[in-house]
Amino acid sequence: MPSLIDIRRRIRSVKNTQQITKAMKMVSAAKLRRAQDRVIASRPYGALLRKVLVNVAAAVAGDQTMGAHPLLARREERNVLLVLISGDKGLAGAFNANTIKGVQRFVVEHPQASVQLELIGRKGRDFFRKRGAPIHAEHIGLAAKVVYEDVAAIARQAMEMYRNEEIDAVYLIYNEFKSVVAQKLMQSRVLPVDLPQEQAPVDYIFEQPPAEMLGSLLPRYVEMEFYRALLESAAAEHAARMTAMDAATSNAGEMIEKLTLYMNRVRQASITKEIIEVVSGAAAAE
Amino acid sequence: MADSFDLEIATPERLLVKEQVNELQIPGKDGYLGILPGHAALLSELGTGFLSYTCGGSKRYLSIHGGFVEVLPGQVRVLANVAEKAEEIDIEHARKDLQQAQEQVMNPALGVDPAVALDAMAAAQARIDAAEKK
Repeated sequence: MPSLIDIRRRIRSVKNTQQITKAMKMVSAAKLRRAQDRVIASRPYGALLRKVLVNVAAAVAGDQTMGAHPLLARREERNVLLVLISGDKGLAGAFNANTIKGVQRFVVEHPQASVQLELIGRKGRDFFRKRGAPIHAEHIGLAAKVVYEDVAAIARQAMEMYRNEEIDAVYLIYNEFKSVVAQKLMQSRVLPVDLPQEQAPVDYIFEQPPAEMLGSLLPRYVEMEFYRALLESAAAEHAARMTAMDAATSNAGEMIEKLTLYMNRVRQASITKEIIEVVSGAAAAE
Repeated sequence: MADSFDLEIATPERLLVKEQVNELQIPGKDGYLGILPGHAALLSELGTGFLSYTCGGSKRYLSIHGGFVEVLPGQVRVLANVAEKAEEIDIEHARKDLQQAQEQVMNPALGVDPAVALDAMAAAQARIDAAEKK
């Protein structure tokens, strides 16, 4: 039977852990709010961009004289760039493991393609580096503060490779923020661009030729996809960590309760034992 | 006819302006565009410069650097790559940027792509213009 002191020490250690998990939960909650605000702040632009793109695309589609834009060109998917967005830190439940699983599933589902990885986030990088997977590029520390220009640079590089036909498709794998308790692993193709369709396009006056506008809108659209994915992933990471830490805190609470009960039992047992000793000692002396 | 229309100005990072305005001037790629209520539907790329609009008698300014504008009857949406409200612009910083960009343009030995430097120069100039107007 462990001694009273041992159990007390155990309880103290669990309490310490609980304090840490509680603090981490609070920090994640605060960061989550900020990340969520940024997701919401980026939405109007994304929505507007999409609408404008639809209308321009419709105008261009009516114009037979111009060929397809290189970012729309479909090719057989032989070389694929897979962009994985994971977190830089652990302790977020299944957040990072899910993204890694997503990549593995992707590879299994696309046996004919040679997949190159572009890894955003330390956890994903560590995993695939250790296993010697073909890594095209890696970016670490982006998610802590998502800056549009940084993300756009990654997107531009991918587009450049696509234009040069080094790669035939670009996919994103990331966690989407659904709610505080739910993240959804998303797999989306960003290149070639799938133009959203609309029934009744507006008849605009075009200051610049539609084809030219499409040429400058498309890269912007792809950049925005990357940016949005990264923002979503950042929010999802904080949400996942918050939930994980909340669970850890309540688990620690349960454990403390159990240990306290156990400790009291041990204490009582030792008191009982002492009494018995005294009583039986007295009985023997009589 | 209504004497005002909806104006939304958004950058990838945030929604900057969402207001009812009476009059709008935007820096199009091929020159400034004036928009009044009831304008026909129009799409244009944005250049670099300052955007101004009147709303309730007061005039506001923003600096704009690249992007798109969509004009619909009763509604204008500006998708700016970079935009700043005049009152938020740090004019000293903009001046410094302008100077740096000018040096880069004048001095090719610095190894900066002249197109990039010119672009930066125009952006800095637009910020100074907008800030001085407020």
